[in-house]
Amino acid sequence: MFHDADALLLARFQFAFTISFHFIFPAFSIGLASYLAVLEALWLKTGKALYLDLYKYWLKIFAITFAMGVVSGIVMSYQFGTNWAVFSDRAGPVVGPLMAYEVLTAFFLEAGFLGVMLFGMQKVGKRLHFFATLMVAIGTFISAFWIISVNSWMQTPTGYAINGDGQFVPAAGWLPIIFNPSFPYRLVHTVIAAYLTTALAVGAAGAWHLLKNADHAHARKMFSMAMWMAALVAPVQVFVGDLHGLNTLEHQPAKVMAMEGHYQSHPHGAPLILFGIPKDGEQRMEHVIEVPKLSSLILKHDADAPLAGLDSIKPENRPPVKVVFWSFRVMVGLGLLMLLLGVCSLVARAAKKLYDWRWLHRFALVMGPSGFIAVVAGWVTTEVGRQPFTVYGLMRTAESASPLAAPAVATSLIVFVIVYFAVFGMGTWYLFRLMAKAPQPHESDPPNAPAHAAGITPAPAMQSGTNNAVKGPETTHG
Amino acid sequence: MDDSVVLTNVWAAILAFAVFMYVVMDGFDLGIGILFPIFGVGRERDTAMNSIAPVWDGNETWLVLGGGGLMAAFPLAYGIVMSALYAPIIAMLLALVFRGVAFEFRWRDPAHRPIWDFAFTAGSITAALAQGITLGALLQGIEVEGRHYAGGWWDWLTPFSLLTGFSVLSAYSLLGACWLNWKTDGETQKHARRLMRIWAPVTLGCILAVSAYTPFMGDQYWDRWFSMPRVLITAQVPLIICFLTWRFVRSLRRDYELAPFVLTLAVFGLSFAGLGISMYPYLIPNSITLADAAAPASSQAFMLVGASILVPLILAYTAWSYWVFRGKVAHEGYH
Repeated sequence: MFHDADALLLARFQFAFTISFHFIFPAFSIGLASYLAVLEALWLKTGKALYLDLYKYWLKIFAITFAMGVVSGIVMSYQFGTNWAVFSDRAGPVVGPLMAYEVLTAFFLEAGFLGVMLFGMQKVGKRLHFFATLMVAIGTFISAFWIISVNSWMQTPTGYAINGDGQFVPAAGWLPIIFNPSFPYRLVHTVIAAYLTTALAVGAAGAWHLLKNADHAHARKMFSMAMWMAALVAPVQVFVGDLHGLNTLEHQPAKVMAMEGHYQSHPHGAPLILFGIPKDGEQRMEHVIEVPKLSSLILKHDADAPLAGLDSIKPENRPPVKVVFWSFRVMVGLGLLMLLLGVCSLVARAAKKLYDWRWLHRFALVMGPSGFIAVVAGWVTTEVGRQPFTVYGLMRTAESASPLAAPAVATSLIVFVIVYFAVFGMGTWYLFRLMAKAPQPHESDPPNAPAHAAGITPAPAMQSGTNNAVKGPETTHG
Repeated sequence: MDDSVVLTNVWAAILAFAVFMYVVMDGFDLGIGILFPIFGVGRERDTAMNSIAPVWDGNETWLVLGGGGLMAAFPLAYGIVMSALYAPIIAMLLALVFRGVAFEFRWRDPAHRPIWDFAFTAGSITAALAQGITLGALLQGIEVEGRHYAGGWWDWLTPFSLLTGFSVLSAYSLLGACWLNWKTDGETQKHARRLMRIWAPVTLGCILAVSAYTPFMGDQYWDRWFSMPRVLITAQVPLIICFLTWRFVRSLRRDYELAPFVLTLAVFGLSFAGLGISMYPYLIPNSITLADAAAPASSQAFMLVGASILVPLILAYTAWSYWVFRGKVAHEGYH
């Protein structure tokens, strides 16, 4: 039957599965919340109904995404205890307070203002409603701040001491813990990824409607805004990703060796392996296509610089290359395609063909899901790459798990898989259905607003767009 | 008392507050889910659902604070309790997935609305049962060796934990009915009043049964309640509950709208205080005390700075959000 090793592996599968699924939603809602804040600000500033229509259109999509993020997130907050009890006991005094701050500063803020954001248009003033949108947007960012700090501390632990019970405790103050060495890079890389992911999803929706009707004013506006975002942010992301990689090389060299497929050390300049088949059992690459010395040039800015390989790491401390090597290539490959899309959109804009080049719309459409895939691939790279540790170099994954019987974990894993695919599958289908409909003038509110019976009905803040309805196709920007 | 003892007790109080806030706020919310199938398809269900749509997310955040706060302030207990109660906790989490998404999904898919309405109810019932079972399993004790849970993965299932499970289900149903009595009018309100008359005596019976059972589960419970001079204080709890029950019956007879909800919460508040009397100073009965499980003072102090500023702020804007959606809920889903 089952053994401890099975229980551990099952617990790891369960965590990987639930966290990957979960992160898809915040990756979208962090970006969407900011996009909604921008749309509402533009509406307030210009008074153009088009912006309000777009706001309401994406608000309905945001509501579903956010709900899925909340429920899959509650699972995560308890799973540390259910499946990783030893980790929770030992690392809790350090990571627990950071997560408690996430709840206190972010989750309540988002939840407290979400109701007004979704249903309060008729009940509070325009400015107060915009304030609610802003609070939700800021909340998503604060949430990212704390949870990325937790993750980064687990990757590059600093500022801790170990007490008599084997617990990690703060050594001197919290700043070295919160602002641990990999935190700034990971935070910026992750938040930009969320913005880029959202821009690509919004751009794909815009492209889809442009392909059906190239004159659609709302589709034009959202496509244009999304392409600006992609064009401006994709190059920044490549740059930040490079910095993040150098930071990883400094603090977690074994992870970079796995990303590069460097089983062997290269004393006289390491090649950049473009493709190959990693063989973890034999600790070597097969069928390699490589550029000599390029890896040393990228990582050390010197073509002849020596670069250590996994043969310099104790066998029991090596991460599995197979997964990391490929997930890294998926992320980088998609990132380069995003860069290309951004460049193409700039060319089209310069040629005044942004709304005419159908191949560009098709390209943007195909790239719609690429952000989500890249984000998950990136997390797989960083999480599998830090194995076999939960607290890097200090606490092994194998000693972190709860003392659970394998059948218990197997059962829960199976149920999680079934429920997540069913529930979030349906949710994704509803998202597609909403996006398949083009935004309309006088776009409707979310459907489940609690209307008041009688008596108290504050002056409706938003008699939307009756005076300044859409005036033909919007003129383009730039 | 030195600082770390004070801090530990303060954090126990803050977490107790978070859990009670969760019961106050998500109790009626889950209760409406439990009662959902009794309501007529269409108007009545839409009204009931809409009355909680803007606030359910905030309500559940207290549960996250309870879990996250436990991990931060009492990491040892968090690890042991969650792994001991693996099955009911996982069931609760999955149940909350179903009922959480139902709020959005039922409006997006009229063709499958019966499925999401069922998911809303099944999720609410399962979550309530799982929370009650968790409470009972904790009260009856958890097997601990060193710093680990040492029992099996079915230990939580006993007649007592099933009793507490049903008690919480009943309590939430009563809260849900009281909430609708306050927030709706017409037929829905009448319907809610009938439900209150059913669930109030059932809930009171449950409170009596759990209270009567607990002192016999171990000497420590008996001593904490009935030893002199403690009994002079502890005896006030059932006395006040009797008084509140009388007021509740009176408010029902007079068709008050808000009073039954508030009185029910007051009864639950006292029951909760009773739990505190039974447990203190243990977090896991007879094995782990608050002090055993406490995170170092530096961790608790760091969080206390934030909590003392942020919790009042949270209460303020949560209250504001309820204020925005004050008054009776109309039948129309939107206008």
